[in-house]
This record gives sequence, structure tokens and C-alpha cells, in this order.
Amino acid sequence: MALDELKIGGMGASRRRVEDNRFIRGKGNYVDDIVLPGMLHMEILRSPVAHARIKSIDTTAAWEVPGVRLVMTGETLAARNLAWMPTLSYDTQAVMATDKVRFQGQEVAAVIADDPYIAKDALSRIVVEYEQLPAIVNPEQAASPEAPLVRDDKVNQDSNKIFDWEIGDKESTDRAFAEADVVSTIDLHYPRSHPSPLETCGSIADYDRATGKLTVYMTTQAPHIIRAAVAMVAELPEHMIRIVSPDLGGGFGNKVPVYPGYVIAILASILTEHPVKWVEDRSSNLISTGFGRDVYLQGQLALRKDGKILGMRMHTISDHGAFYADAQPTKFKIGLMHSTFAAYDVPAAHLTSEGWYTNKAPGGVAYRCSFRVTEAMFFQERMMHAAANDLGMDQAEFRRINLVKDDQFPYRTAFGFLTDSGQYGKCLDIALDAIGYANFKEEQEEARKRGKLLGIGISTMTEPLGAGNSREYDIIGIKMFDSAELRVHMTGKAILRTGAKTQGQGHETTWAQIVAHELGIPAEDIVVEEGDTDTAPFGMGTYASRSTPVAGAAVAMVARKIRAKARKIAAHLLEVSEEDIEWELGRFYVRGNQERGVTIQDCALAAYSNVPDGLEPGLENNAYYDPPNLTWPFAAYVCKVEVDPETGVWDVLKFVAVDDCGVRINPMIVEGQIMGGLTEAYAMASMQYITFDEEGNCIGSNFMDYLLPTAWETPGYELHEVVTPCPHHPIGAKGIGECATVGGPAAFVNAVMNAIEHTGVRNVDMPLMPNRVYEAVQTGRDVSGAPPVKGD
Amino acid sequence: MTSLYEEIPTAPAADVPTRRVTITVNGEKRTLDIEPRLLLAHLIRQGLQLTGTHVGCDTTGCGACTVLLNGRPAKSCTVLAVQADGREVTTVEGLASAQQLDPIQEGFKEEHGLQCGFCTPGMMLAAKALLERNPNPTEDDVRWALSGNICRCTGYQNIVKAVLWAAETMREES
Repeated sequence: MALDELKIGGMGASRRRVEDNRFIRGKGNYVDDIVLPGMLHMEILRSPVAHARIKSIDTTAAWEVPGVRLVMTGETLAARNLAWMPTLSYDTQAVMATDKVRFQGQEVAAVIADDPYIAKDALSRIVVEYEQLPAIVNPEQAASPEAPLVRDDKVNQDSNKIFDWEIGDKESTDRAFAEADVVSTIDLHYPRSHPSPLETCGSIADYDRATGKLTVYMTTQAPHIIRAAVAMVAELPEHMIRIVSPDLGGGFGNKVPVYPGYVIAILASILTEHPVKWVEDRSSNLISTGFGRDVYLQGQLALRKDGKILGMRMHTISDHGAFYADAQPTKFKIGLMHSTFAAYDVPAAHLTSEGWYTNKAPGGVAYRCSFRVTEAMFFQERMMHAAANDLGMDQAEFRRINLVKDDQFPYRTAFGFLTDSGQYGKCLDIALDAIGYANFKEEQEEARKRGKLLGIGISTMTEPLGAGNSREYDIIGIKMFDSAELRVHMTGKAILRTGAKTQGQGHETTWAQIVAHELGIPAEDIVVEEGDTDTAPFGMGTYASRSTPVAGAAVAMVARKIRAKARKIAAHLLEVSEEDIEWELGRFYVRGNQERGVTIQDCALAAYSNVPDGLEPGLENNAYYDPPNLTWPFAAYVCKVEVDPETGVWDVLKFVAVDDCGVRINPMIVEGQIMGGLTEAYAMASMQYITFDEEGNCIGSNFMDYLLPTAWETPGYELHEVVTPCPHHPIGAKGIGECATVGGPAAFVNAVMNAIEHTGVRNVDMPLMPNRVYEAVQTGRDVSGAPPVKGD
Repeated sequence: MTSLYEEIPTAPAADVPTRRVTITVNGEKRTLDIEPRLLLAHLIRQGLQLTGTHVGCDTTGCGACTVLLNGRPAKSCTVLAVQADGREVTTVEGLASAQQLDPIQEGFKEEHGLQCGFCTPGMMLAAKALLERNPNPTEDDVRWALSGNICRCTGYQNIVKAVLWAAETMREES
């Protein structure tokens, strides 16, 4: 008898999470929980100013603090050719400042001591003399002819511009605009935001002189990329580097880059011959590590009177901070921004982009999104909203006309992406029905009589998740595939390792479910391990919602290899030829005689005790999976808000999310990802932003200035599902971790705009704080740009 | 204990002041010599090696370091360890007995109230204090009681469900 898949924790089971058993007991193992014998502690001195020449650094008093083992400055690193390192976007980044500081929070010195209190004492005794220079805090200033050069360290860099880039077809797009009945325009700013996982970044570097081996416990989402980077930067042989990423307290893109602190701690361990722990405090995390967004989005739609989109133009101006350190595929200078409008049938499109250096922290990480697609989809849905209004059309109807229809797949977008599956219209209909769209106009009228403004906002989008394929996607030349290794023990229990790295997504639970689905081994019999480069197969790590699309596919493929070998063993055990063997979940049987069979566990035992002649013993294998395409989940988010015109405060009355991420491995975990993502969307729409004053001081350097929503503000969500299996993924799954963060913000903003646009307001840039909404309602004018902050 | 890591310096430098405190942690009485400036979170994590208490923000902003101080939630990253002298501290490690999980722990697992797990100990202790004083809370009661604790993963909806699940279980048990 075939097994009941749900009972063994296979695909589709809302299996309770394995990792919870340690987390609910406080037995997680995060980097800061690890204590090694003889371990020292490092603290980093950061620049208090955004732009200055370093005139002198005096570390004498720091050395004199009892318990101090080492004080390092830029000179310490420069002497070993480590003062600069390459970034993931082929730029260079200072590990520790030597000549100048280029943003507030840049690393200037470090102290290594017996404990962190002593190290902090010593930091306060380092005297640095700065000659302050004018700071550039936005691309407009960076472009001014009088602007000081941020990167005067670079030969041939004679302006603050990093790149000009374009994609699409300018000629055909210009033609579309010439033929248009209506041209709709929008001009947006997506403010700088910080992923702020609750655990900050940190590491313990442990260099063993006796063996020559460097072990680094590190908060990283991509341990194998880090190993390659350390090999390049520190010029250590790769086999002598072991990166261990233990439990991660969230990542959201913040833990992809190589940060100076990691490199400094490695050198400190080599110099002191002790393990050296470095864990950021929250301010360091907020002011110096990878931010997201900070881009101006300008665009136009060419429209026919009947609502058909004829063409799309977009221009982006992005602020990358002092070093171009975006984590993104090599070919694309502004990530996958050109995935914008992928859900709509747009015949012609053209995107131009410019990137600028400023005196702000570097990063440009994909904050819970697949390389700038959050900006792309926010622009798309704000543009759609404005265009429907310009045409005088209903928001839902305008989207229905232009969404790619079910029978158009596979569909090639104007920018060259291939979307392959979806039921866009169905998702939208379910969402509209659930929110009560048909009666909304009456509800809105009724509320106005009470002095309240109701608004409804729609966001529909598909996004590219799960890079590669490796033909198009690489990071610093390393192709974006992923891997899995499965060992089945003789008792039928198993260990699975992958090149991905969970940081809360629950891989230990869901990967076992895929194996259970493929082999019929109960999920509870499979242990999952990730994050140790000495044991895990090579992989590109977890970000861009790529775990299930890529590593998850590798898990299915390696399980299938195991099943193919087990089939040979089954034929041997059942004394029939392999062609006469049939498979049902957990068991092989003889065709035509279902009673006569052997279980996968029988085959596992035989693999170690009774192997047929000519077959090698054991039951283990690995798989490297290079996906043929990205996966394209679809989401329809609809939000209903009530705005109080007297205060600008807005409340979410209802939020409906309809997600189609293909086949769901663990529905409970999928829904958890969606609710978490929606909350980050709500956060960005309502309160979460980082800005800078005129001198380049970071406003948002702690959780009192940088607001994150709590349980009190956060709305509830109503979730629905549609399942359109991914045609190329072995188990039909698509990425999901980031859909809600990507598609969500526009739903909130469109809803608030819908509530107040009768006043003539077209746009309020995020964050929609009450004072900004109030200003818009009262004046009837747009509120644009990052909230301004004046210096004293 | 004079330093955070006992294995390195065996004695404090001559001019480092220390103070003797007695703190009951998870029911066990501990007497320690500590620097007066030592934070309670660091005493718990590094001194007593109870690493279930996490530090997320250093400024009372996130609640990851929440412990119970004489039964009331306190953010241990901004409490001096000397302030806990003569008091009882409960950490996540004190929630479960050897035989049985606390219903709050079970609730968090059952309702998928955690993802990365970093905020979970603080959340559970804040919830514990709520349920001690209000065994039958509404959703709003739960949201308000947890509003000093930040979670970046779950969006809170399942955390609220987890606490309500625990409340119901505890009411049924009593």
C-alpha cells in the first residue's frame, strides 16, 4: 500500500517546524551564542562624520588599557594590502579608512581585548583628528558640477556618477508614445530603508596557526560566496577556509555582503592567534551595513483611450552611497528593475538608469526582494494607479484589460523576460470579491458623510524569483545554480545538506518534506543541515527567494537519483528485471502483483548489506540544479483604508492577499512568509525609512528613530491561494518569500491615495506618516521626496 | 565573576570595582562578584551562559532581551545587573520543566508563531506575564501586551494566535 503523503509529512502537509524545538527552549545557536576557548572581543571605532580627511589617529592611550591585546587602524590593514576590498558589483570598498572617511559610520579603528567592555573603554581613548569636507547626501547634489569627488581614490573617476545603463527598445517605445491618446506620468521616490534583521551582523574568526586553517562563524546568507571572497581578499587557500553560518536571526538581504568587520576580525585572529568575536551593536548595523532602495523612479505610460497600454518608459536615479556594493547579478547595473510591468501586456518598453556615489553608507542590497524588483513593482503599481485615474477608468478594469491572459503563456516581456504560467485574472477576481469591491463606492460615500475618507488600493504583480539560470545570472562570475546532497543510512533514515542557508524560512522542515514526497521516507526521519562550507555542497545561498526555486529543485533531483538507484536494488531483491518494477510512495512492487514489493527502507538496508553484482554499495548522491528559467509567482493584494482628514492618520480596515506561488510544500510556512512580507510592506509604506541631514548624519541610527511596526500597529491579513504549478520546476513550486514585501507597499499607498485624491493630490511619497498625509489633504498638493531634515 | 569571560582574566585589574550580588535565576540562587556597570543581559548571556536571552538593539527598543524580573517583563539590555540584586529572574530557559513545555512554548510551535527565533524568547516571556495577570485576553490585549517586542519575520498575526492558543490551553488545564 502506498503511504498517505500527508501522514509522513510530505508535500502539502502543514508540518510543524523542526527548528522550533530548539528556538522555543532558547537553545538556538546564533553567532553571539558561540564561545571558543581563549576568545577575544573586537569593537570597531566608526567615523562620526560623513566626509572628512583623516589628519591623524592616536591610539597610544587605547593600548594602555589593561586587557587590550591589539589596536588596529587603516595602516595595520594597508601594510598587509587589506585596506580595500572588492565589492559584489566590481567596485572597491574601504575595509578601514586610510586617507578619508566617506560616510558616517565608516570603520576607522578597532580594538581587540579580553572582553567587550574593555574594548569599548579603549575605543573611547582613541583620538582621531578629522578635517571635515562638504557631504553629498543625494544624487542631485552628486551631479552638481561643484560637487566634491566622493571617490577621489579611484583613478579615472572624474565625476560622482557610477554608471549609465539602459535596456529595452527606445525607437519602438518612442513610436508608441507618438501614437498614444493619453500619456500618463509619475515621479516617485522610494526612500532608503534598512532590512534590520533582529540579530545584527557579526562573526568569530578563528585562525589556527598549527593547521593553517581559518574557521569563521558568520552571520551570512551565502557562506560559499563568502568563502570564495575570503580566499580572494585574504589570499588564503580555499580549502583552508571554513565558513560556518549557524542559526541566523533573520537576514532579509542584510547578511549577503562581505562587511569590513568580518575582514578585520579575520586579520585580528591571525595577528593575535586567538579566536576573535565581533558582533555589531544596533547603531553600527543601521548606519554601516547594507541598506535597501534609495532610488528615484520616473516614468510614463503611453495609453490608448480604451485603456490599452501601448508603451512604457522609465528612468531611475539611484543613490548607492560611498561604494557601489550592490549585491546583484553581474549583467545588470540596477538589478532586475527591468522586470517592471512583467505582469502586463506591454508591446514596447525602454528603461534608462543612472547610479551615483554619495557620502552615505554603501549597500544597495536586495532587502527582501530579488534585486530591485521591489522598486520595479512599486513603480509599476503606482504608475498603473495614476494611469487609470488619468483615463478615468476603474482601477480593476484597467488592470484586467492589460494583465497577461492565461492563454498568452509563455509570454515574452518587452524587456526579454519569459513569464511562463499564471492565472492573473482569477487572482484579481478573488481578491476583489473578498474585499467587497462591488459595494465599495457606496461604502466610501457613506463614510464621507461621517467625515472619514475611505480608499481602496490594488496591487497586482508577477516578479522574477529564483536566479539563475546560470547563462544570464552570476555574482562576481560565480554562476547562480544550487545543490543538494542526500545520504540514506542503512536503517532508512537520512541526512540532507544543501547549498542554501535558512534564516527563518524553515528549510529544516520543508526540505525533508520534498524528500518525503519523492522517496516516501517520513519527514521526521530526515535531518537537514546547511551553512557549513566544509560539509555542505557548493551553493549560492539564500536570498532573492531562490531557495525553493533552485535548492529545493536540487533536493527533488537528488532524491530522484536515490530512487533510481533504489529501483535497481529493489529489482535485485524482488528477483525481477528493473523494467518490471513499479513505484508508489515509499515502495517498489512487481508490475501486476502489487502485494509483492519492498519498501524504500528495505532498499536502504540492502544498499549496505545485499547489493547486486556490478552495483556500487551505499545509497547517497548529490545534485547540482541550474534552473531553465526564473519562477514567476503572481500576487493580487487589495487594501482598504480609512483616513482621518483631521489628523492624517490612516487605518487598514481590511487587507486581502491572493498569492499564486505554484505548488505549496508547506502551506503553514508559505502563509507565514506572506504575512511577514506584508508587514514589511506595511512598514515601508507607513513608517520605516532612513534619511540624512545636510551634513550626512544618519537619521535612523537606532530603533527609536528608525521605526519598525509592532503587534499594535500591524494590521491583520486575509489570505487566499491560487495554484498554477511552475512548468519547469521539478515539483511545480515558485518562490514566495518576498512577494508580499515586493507587491505590498503599492497596495497600501494606492489605498491612501484613493482616499484623498479627490483633493487633487496625485502622490505622497513613502513613508505615509500622518503629517505627510495631513499636509497633502489640507493643501491638495503632492508631498514628495524623503522627509527633509535640517541641520542645526 | 569579575569579567564577562571567566576563562581569560582570572582576577580584575586592581582599579576595577566589583560588587557582590545574589540573584535567583530560574529558581537557582547565584552569588556573584560583578562590575557595577555590567548589564543584566550580559550577566545572563555571558556570565551564566543562558544564551536564550538575545540582544537586538541595546536601547530598550526591540524586546529581544525581555526577561521576567520578579514576574514582570523587563528589557535586560538596559537593566544593570546590580539592580537585580535580591530579585528573581526568569529567562526562556526557565519556562519549561524537564518533563513539560510551557503552553506558551507549545502555542508558538503549534501556530507557527516564530520564524528565525530571535525574538521568540522575549515574546514568550512578555506573553507569560500577560497570561499571569489576564488568563482570558482579547486579541487587542495580546497585541498591546506584546507591543514592546519587535518581530521582523512573522507579521505578528501568528504570534497573537499562539498566545491565544496558550491562554485557552491553560484555561482548560486549570
